[in-house]
Amino acid sequence: MPKLLSGAEIVFKALEDQKVEYIFGYPGGAVLPIYDELKNHKSIKHILARHEQGAGHSAEGYARSSGKPGVLLVTSGPGATNAVTALTDAYMDSIPLVCISGQVPTHLIGTDAFQECDTTGITRPCTKHNWLVKDVNDLSRILHLAFEVATTGRPGPVLVDIPKDIQFKKGKYKFFKNTLKKKLNGKTTHKISNSELDKFIDLMKKSSKPIFYTGGGVINSGPEASKYLRELISLTGFPITSTLQGLGAYPGDDPQFLGMLGMHGTYEANNAMHDCDLMINIGARFDDRITGKVDEFSPGSKKIHVDIDPSSIGKNIKVDLAIVSDVTELLKSLIKRFKEKNKNFVNSNKQKTSKWWEQIEKWREKKSLNFINSEKVIKPQHAVQRLYELTKNQDTFITTEVGQHQMWAAQHYKFNKPNRWMTSGGLGTMGYGLPAAIGVQIANPGKLVVDIAGEASVLMTMQEMSTAVQYRLPIKIFILNNEYMGMVRQWQELLHEKNYSESYTAALPDFVKLAESYGCIGIRAKTPNELDEKIKEMINIDKPVIFDCVVDKAENCFPMIPSGKPHNQMILGPEEEKEISDEGKILV
Amino acid sequence: MAKSRSAYSIPGKIGKIERHIIVVWVDNEAGVLARIAGLFSGRGYNIESLAVAEVDKKKHISRITIVTEGTPQVIEQINLQLKKLVPVHKVADFRRGEKDILFRELALFKILGNKKKIEKVKKICKKFNPVILDKTNNSVVIQVTALRAEIDKLALDLKSLGLISTSRTGAVAMTKGQKIFN
Repeated sequence: MPKLLSGAEIVFKALEDQKVEYIFGYPGGAVLPIYDELKNHKSIKHILARHEQGAGHSAEGYARSSGKPGVLLVTSGPGATNAVTALTDAYMDSIPLVCISGQVPTHLIGTDAFQECDTTGITRPCTKHNWLVKDVNDLSRILHLAFEVATTGRPGPVLVDIPKDIQFKKGKYKFFKNTLKKKLNGKTTHKISNSELDKFIDLMKKSSKPIFYTGGGVINSGPEASKYLRELISLTGFPITSTLQGLGAYPGDDPQFLGMLGMHGTYEANNAMHDCDLMINIGARFDDRITGKVDEFSPGSKKIHVDIDPSSIGKNIKVDLAIVSDVTELLKSLIKRFKEKNKNFVNSNKQKTSKWWEQIEKWREKKSLNFINSEKVIKPQHAVQRLYELTKNQDTFITTEVGQHQMWAAQHYKFNKPNRWMTSGGLGTMGYGLPAAIGVQIANPGKLVVDIAGEASVLMTMQEMSTAVQYRLPIKIFILNNEYMGMVRQWQELLHEKNYSESYTAALPDFVKLAESYGCIGIRAKTPNELDEKIKEMINIDKPVIFDCVVDKAENCFPMIPSGKPHNQMILGPEEEKEISDEGKILV
Repeated sequence: MAKSRSAYSIPGKIGKIERHIIVVWVDNEAGVLARIAGLFSGRGYNIESLAVAEVDKKKHISRITIVTEGTPQVIEQINLQLKKLVPVHKVADFRRGEKDILFRELALFKILGNKKKIEKVKKICKKFNPVILDKTNNSVVIQVTALRAEIDKLALDLKSLGLISTSRTGAVAMTKGQKIFN
């Protein structure tokens, strides 16, 4: 007869068997039995956040930078509702999270009990799946299934809601492995056929204006995928562009890399996407910030789409060759097949694509990321560039909040490795970066972790500085402070006749004093002259730092596609602003 | 006043709308119907009718039949999104009007009237497998099984004959011959 364990013990046993090292959470009435059990499990460390949303983003940062699932523990009612933003964020950006929430005792469910809410009802549309545990003997199966659902196929968040009485009740524990009756999203059921690969290679051979367009799927598939991607790009000699989430899968400073594409992508990347005759999408999802006006998206090209999630293919853009596969698997077999049959491809192809590269070089000459620098005020782009130059020689992890600073970080910070760039792309959650940095630092002790932030975003989750101080996590919060919600201000300037409605934050805190009150270090840079020295100072401090970088208040983020325009109609800089038509304004 | 401005792009060309019947086999567990219905409402798909009941008591499998409308692209998305749900075992998809598929809906009509009227009602319903479920001197409850459009028409015709209450199920579907859904 196996030993019976309490529900709380089963939770930890399952976490141990899943090799979980860290959980991010916040205690409360309905999870007290689980918190009580924490002391008996030394291999699992709990990180106490200051708000459940913060715990959720920390778990996301942990997951994104380590490749392991992030685990979140919250109480019922407000604990669960506070976690919803983080769960939705993880759902949009395909990040594996397992959220365990407490629930009121079974007999009180449905009575509007204290701190009761319909957690599984609320989180149903923002998780891959969720469970309300009604029998303690189901608990171990459900927990292991939860990890499996979160990490297989297209990764994402799951939630297990455990009523308080179930946490006390005794039941059997068993380690379930691969319990899913069917394979999710076709990850293992789909075998890539040679005919698919041959069709893929044939399209590449016929193309004279090809481009690779890669996304977060490459990162999610693991470091092997980036390795194979680099090999394939070098074998083919094709140009490559990346989505926001895909940055780092291919070296940002490589000559074949055209920079990020999309609404704030480079001139060369967007024009190449528009004019290409073959678009090879690997692990990206034709998001609306990428495609702009769908009807005029890359009109003359054949399109190949590789995605692990069958529902991502054909959702926004029709493609000519669809392959449902994990990126690593696909790239591995494609490279093998390619090498067998196409020894001379690069040479013959060089001629074929030489004109295409000439055209790309012409677009590059526009230098679309250029900006007019100043000696008096710090330009935000300049600040990101200096941060990059001063940190590129060490293994640096960057998180961001959401807005102009996020786009400048994506444009001017060149990533060389996957899992070094954590940003909220799909949901666009202001306040993501600071707690995410905490999770990243926990997964990567001793590494430099910088949150490139805006002053408006960072105030949304500023309380998590206290978490960073408690666990001695030397994260660096690099605030590009322009006193405005910059992206809102930019749209108001360009599209709403400069009516800056509610986008200016009066009464901002003094960030240096704020840092001091949290028990960390505050640094302020006001002029370009002192910037380098202050950044170096920040890097050398082995404590959490809030860096208040006072930047130009009126700077806009260019280039920009007024969406609804095709990719070849970008605005490059301030002098072209006037050209946005009324129709274009509606579409941004 | 500034013109209406949205943060999102305008819709592209809309394809031809088709009506489909989608059959889904699911684990009959708590919340499963909410998951299916929530997927439809959350992604802006239509549900015209929905019929659900457990068909395998041992394995606790329910069969859900959904009638929906959408462009071919939307219908494909519905299929793929349904297949991603954890409790979904399989999904079958048919166009309305496909030859190999049978569809039926059931309706109950309550009609008030004298004998003469009720005889008339029976005559009108004759083609649609009428069953008298309840009868008094001046009322009748009649059950018919037919296609959606036929029931629509029937309900319209019965109005002048004293129809006071209608109850209808969603469509259920099955293949003809020996073949079963896969």
